[in-house]
Amino acid sequence: MITEHIGLDEISGSLVVLDDVEDAFYEEMVQLQLEDGSVRDGRIVMIEGKKAVVQVFEGTKNISMSNTRTVLKGKPMELSLSPEIIGRVFDGLGRPKDGLGEVYPVCRKDINGTAINPVSRVYPKNYIRTGISSIDALATLIRGQKLPIFSGSGMKHNELAVQIVKQASVADNEEFAIVFAAMGVKNDVADYFRRSFEEANVMNRVTMFLNLSNDPIIERIITPRCALTAAEYLAFECNMNILVILTDMTSYCEALREFSSSKGEIPGRKGFPGYLYSDLASIYERAGIVHGSKGSVTQIPILTMPNDDITHPIPDLTGFITEGQIVLDRTLETTGIYPSVSILLSLSRLMKDGIGKGFTRDDHKALSDQLFASYALVQDARSLASVIGEDELSDNDKTLLKFGKEFENKFLNQGENENRTIDRTLDLGWELLSMLPRNSLDRVSDDILDKHYKGGGS
Amino acid sequence: MSQTNYIYGINGPVVTIKGKTDLKMMEMVYVGRDSLVGEVIRINNDCTTIQVYEDTVGLHPGEEVISTSYPMSVTLGPGLLGNIYDGIQKPLTAIAEEAGVFLTKGVSTPAIEINREWDTEILIKQGDTVTGGQIFALCDETPIIKHKALVPPDCSGEVIFAAEKGKYKVNDCIAKIKTENGSVRELSLCQKWPIRTPRPAKDRLPITKPLITGQRVIDTMFPIAKGGAAAIPGGFGTGKTVTQHQLAKFADADIIVYVGCGERGNEMTQALNEFSELKDPSTGRPLLERTILIANTSNMPVAAREASIYTGITLAEYYRDMGYNTALMADSTSRWAEALREISGRLEEMPADEGYPAYLPSRLSEFYERAGYFETLCGQKGSITLIGAVSPQGADFSEPVTQNTKRFTRCFWALDKSLAYARHYPAINWNDSYSEYISLLEPWYRENVSPDFLKYRNEIAGILAEETKLMEIVKLIGSEILPDDQKLTLEIARVIRIGFLQQNAMHETDTYTPIIKHFRMMEVILYLNKTAKKAVAKQIPISKILATGIFDKLVKMKYDIPNDKPELFDGYIDEITKVFENLT
Repeated sequence: MITEHIGLDEISGSLVVLDDVEDAFYEEMVQLQLEDGSVRDGRIVMIEGKKAVVQVFEGTKNISMSNTRTVLKGKPMELSLSPEIIGRVFDGLGRPKDGLGEVYPVCRKDINGTAINPVSRVYPKNYIRTGISSIDALATLIRGQKLPIFSGSGMKHNELAVQIVKQASVADNEEFAIVFAAMGVKNDVADYFRRSFEEANVMNRVTMFLNLSNDPIIERIITPRCALTAAEYLAFECNMNILVILTDMTSYCEALREFSSSKGEIPGRKGFPGYLYSDLASIYERAGIVHGSKGSVTQIPILTMPNDDITHPIPDLTGFITEGQIVLDRTLETTGIYPSVSILLSLSRLMKDGIGKGFTRDDHKALSDQLFASYALVQDARSLASVIGEDELSDNDKTLLKFGKEFENKFLNQGENENRTIDRTLDLGWELLSMLPRNSLDRVSDDILDKHYKGGGS
Repeated sequence: MSQTNYIYGINGPVVTIKGKTDLKMMEMVYVGRDSLVGEVIRINNDCTTIQVYEDTVGLHPGEEVISTSYPMSVTLGPGLLGNIYDGIQKPLTAIAEEAGVFLTKGVSTPAIEINREWDTEILIKQGDTVTGGQIFALCDETPIIKHKALVPPDCSGEVIFAAEKGKYKVNDCIAKIKTENGSVRELSLCQKWPIRTPRPAKDRLPITKPLITGQRVIDTMFPIAKGGAAAIPGGFGTGKTVTQHQLAKFADADIIVYVGCGERGNEMTQALNEFSELKDPSTGRPLLERTILIANTSNMPVAAREASIYTGITLAEYYRDMGYNTALMADSTSRWAEALREISGRLEEMPADEGYPAYLPSRLSEFYERAGYFETLCGQKGSITLIGAVSPQGADFSEPVTQNTKRFTRCFWALDKSLAYARHYPAINWNDSYSEYISLLEPWYRENVSPDFLKYRNEIAGILAEETKLMEIVKLIGSEILPDDQKLTLEIARVIRIGFLQQNAMHETDTYTPIIKHFRMMEVILYLNKTAKKAVAKQIPISKILATGIFDKLVKMKYDIPNDKPELFDGYIDEITKVFENLT
């Protein structure tokens, strides 16, 4: 039932209040028609008796109490979907932005989605080769995983994301597409992504949802949900492998904070609402593989850690939901290492079941365990060297320092267009480990060492 | 005469009804057209507040709220084991069959299969007198677990009808009891019990037995007792979930209830897959036959997350009442506390520490007090062991959930970020962790393993403490200038850390270690320590001792010795003796 109201009862921030509303429901879509004839969208976020609180996506500027006509649409927010959305560009609310006209919908879906029944999930095991050594060897990306990139302002997370998209797509012969959602990113960043996709010849496989930094903030809360609804449709109904890039989750969380405080909610840590965890989970958990469909949704959310602080609520809560994280390190970045992946902080939780014989190579697990353990020792040696000086170190520690340097320069560091095969990556790892004495490689069994260890040491 | 109530306000999972109602506090209600499950959480003169356990999108004011006049309850009976439920005991497998891949609202499928017939043996006959908690019927729930049907705790009297032995469905009446006040109660294989009320037991018994988990750092260093409570706090990526899964797989409890509370969907899928494939080391049957999974993933409704912990513990108590040792793993209780906070915020209650409600400590203590070693109403012995993971924000253990949990548990396994970064798993920090059960369990270790067990354990702990002290110095001046005996301590500590404390959950042999192997490993390491110390005292340089490679050999003994052949450790003792004889 569609009903129309004239006038509003209160305007505050991005919220307006309507009184005497019959039969409205939670999360119902609303359209507001202003005095000058322009139209804005909103949705009901709270109902009390006959009073409905409406969140206006484009803001309440220019809205007057008396001459606004409000239409209740009688349905929750939905996105028009068809296989033709691939290659299109939408705004943050899922409206076409590329001038190619409306999407002719095959179906319409509620953007809030519904939780996947844990019983219906298929445990992800199939790895995605990204051609980036640090990720392939040490934090392997698995199809159906959600693996965020924790970065800081001014670091090369966008370049890394683009490289993953370019190289992951090349390695795959199955149907593959990208859903890209920008939340509060600058125009030129969005443009960088678009250009890179074009250069890599994947633009005809990308669906973009753009809420740029000068677009209304409240729209940002909707943008990732639109993108994931599109991704779920393409994956589970069109059987495609979808890689979703969400950038920047920090802007999203800030938009949520702004919205929460305008509703007058009790703030939690750093002013973020108490339900930030549940809210982020409702986004991140929309990744995976389900029974009865060949498709998958893999998520790479990018977030910039405020002040590079990994204990800030946004990276902290994200880390508790996602299946690992790739952390970029500013010190590595300033020494010219790209990608500046801080491997000790990075982790892929699904990696253990997706590597080894039949997936990558039988020695993969031993190699990655040993690289982690040895690199952790490098950090100890470095902190010791900074106190007593490098010359005073034991020979063992000096070898470790040399290993650490080489590891960063040869293994972590690679070109923005360098696409390493998994064999190349693993062999490189063994080459580096062979710099260390054989008996210090305590995570590797003897038969694997016999096969791969090339060092001369005892 | 009950009046009809209508929805007035909706705010996320909280729904209000205007005016005075006849609803009772904590009563279960059905909300709206889809009959969403809800619970009354606040009543005052002009409004009644309900928390809804399902998604409230699409609810209209004015829809009906239907009273059930009983509190939030779970169904208890045969068919629970091997099942996977959501936070309010909706069977997820059955829902997937009915509604497909995505969870849909308002699907009402009974929690246990009602059409399955169980071969039932009836233990009572007409004329008997029964009391609450008595076992009155038996059936084989799974090949390893016998289900003992219990007379509801609040029911006692004379049996006026008892069915014959045979096949019965869970809702079939198999006995009738004439209670003292003259009314007749029908008993079937299943019963209901409110989740927020602990099931009664006759008595609490002192704690005497450890829960053997096969994890060296736990069983040896920081053991947990059957009937005890433990907390596993740790930031993300420190291995809480892997540790919980390991405990669920290998703990020597009869029944495991695994509650995934606000965690990842893929992890629950993994648990479900692994538990159906893995065999119980003691019975050889799939682990799922002794396990109940409760999955309320982070994107499922927040109120059901709050209830999932209580649902889990009520199921565990039911099996305890049959005389089983049960263990409940809750991953993670922080998500539960956050759910409390979220609901409390929506109710506009006055917040205490970090926005958590002031009743957080009392709720936590109520929960952990449901653990214990009991004499049940039917006179058998049963226990509930609680193991709760805590996810402190920013890995800061001073936050309220960790601190309050610490007060109510006696075993604390602190997971450490720096250990996890170096891929030392389980990343249980030996300096910050503790177990108050060690002294209580001393007699058990003395009788069942060896009189020396605790002595060895304390020696190992002493070496590790010594190492921590020495590392302070090493961090400042390097290890080169330490005297040889202190260098030896560092080397032995390295063997302990890598060879003993580290345990590889993915390794076929190492994933589970029987308690006798713990003991023999400690024995060999300490023997090496003793022998090497003597050698150092005789001025043999430490570099020469290390060059023999015996230290590295010990590091790998956890992989090299099969779990069923502890006698092979004698070879190591001989070898150590020989190596050092050759040195002098």
